[in-house]
Amino acid sequence: MLLIECPYCGVERPELEFRCGGEAHIARPEDPSGKTDEEWAEFLYMRTNTKGVYAERWRHIHGCGRFFNAVRDTVSDKFLKIYKAGEPMPDLASLAKEAGK
Amino acid sequence: MANPLYQPDAAEEPVLSLPAISMLKAAPLGRFSFRGRKAAQDAAAKALGFDLPQQPLTAAESSGKAALWLGPDEWLLLAPEDDTEALQAAMTQAIGDAPHALVDISHRQEALIVTGDKAEWLLNSGIPIDLDVSAFPVGMVTRTLFHKAPVMLWRIGDDSFVVEAWGSFMDYVAGLLAEPATELQAA
Repeated sequence: MLLIECPYCGVERPELEFRCGGEAHIARPEDPSGKTDEEWAEFLYMRTNTKGVYAERWRHIHGCGRFFNAVRDTVSDKFLKIYKAGEPMPDLASLAKEAGK
Repeated sequence: MANPLYQPDAAEEPVLSLPAISMLKAAPLGRFSFRGRKAAQDAAAKALGFDLPQQPLTAAESSGKAALWLGPDEWLLLAPEDDTEALQAAMTQAIGDAPHALVDISHRQEALIVTGDKAEWLLNSGIPIDLDVSAFPVGMVTRTLFHKAPVMLWRIGDDSFVVEAWGSFMDYVAGLLAEPATELQAA
């Protein structure tokens, strides 16, 4: 079973306690009504869907209930970095290099 | 070891009563879900008479009440059933206008007291986290999953746990917990 560390609880827990919330660091437009339909659709639906190192939102739904962010290699399913919500996105290229990719 | 807050309910039959393990339904208890930032937390501490635990997965107990860390800004507060209303009034008054949520969930959850040499083994039949006392020491509290039901688990002694589940899930949790114990009876 995949073990994931929760940055709020500070412990590793089985994957069952977590839910993935899709790509991280997508900011909601500050002025939604000023956006065209295409721009709004882009914000709502379009994701990079990287094969490789990817920053995602995760939620410890059956634990502390908090959202956090994680960098995961979508090929090997390895978590490369876990950080709290609100912290800046780490440099994905250097994380990928550290992981030997 | 027993916890003063969790007393067996004398009106209920034991769910399980074996030499290596006993499982008892706990008597009704006052429970609150409390959420709030620093200002509300400080005021809540005054009303409770002790600080809310800030260390993840820990609990604080004093004068018959307890506060259990469930999240960075979320606690479960426990008090004897008769003190529920008084505690709610005291908390509401102390916190005043500071943004917070204080919800009486006394009847949302029920508790099982699981005690015995085989308690860890029995709980691990449905909870995939390490319950050895070195990894899950006495006093540790967490929400997790028991099979498919969300539960709260609090270790109140070396071989003693409290399992809280929502009322409508309790038959499922108690039933599935009693199941592996038939293995002990057979042995």
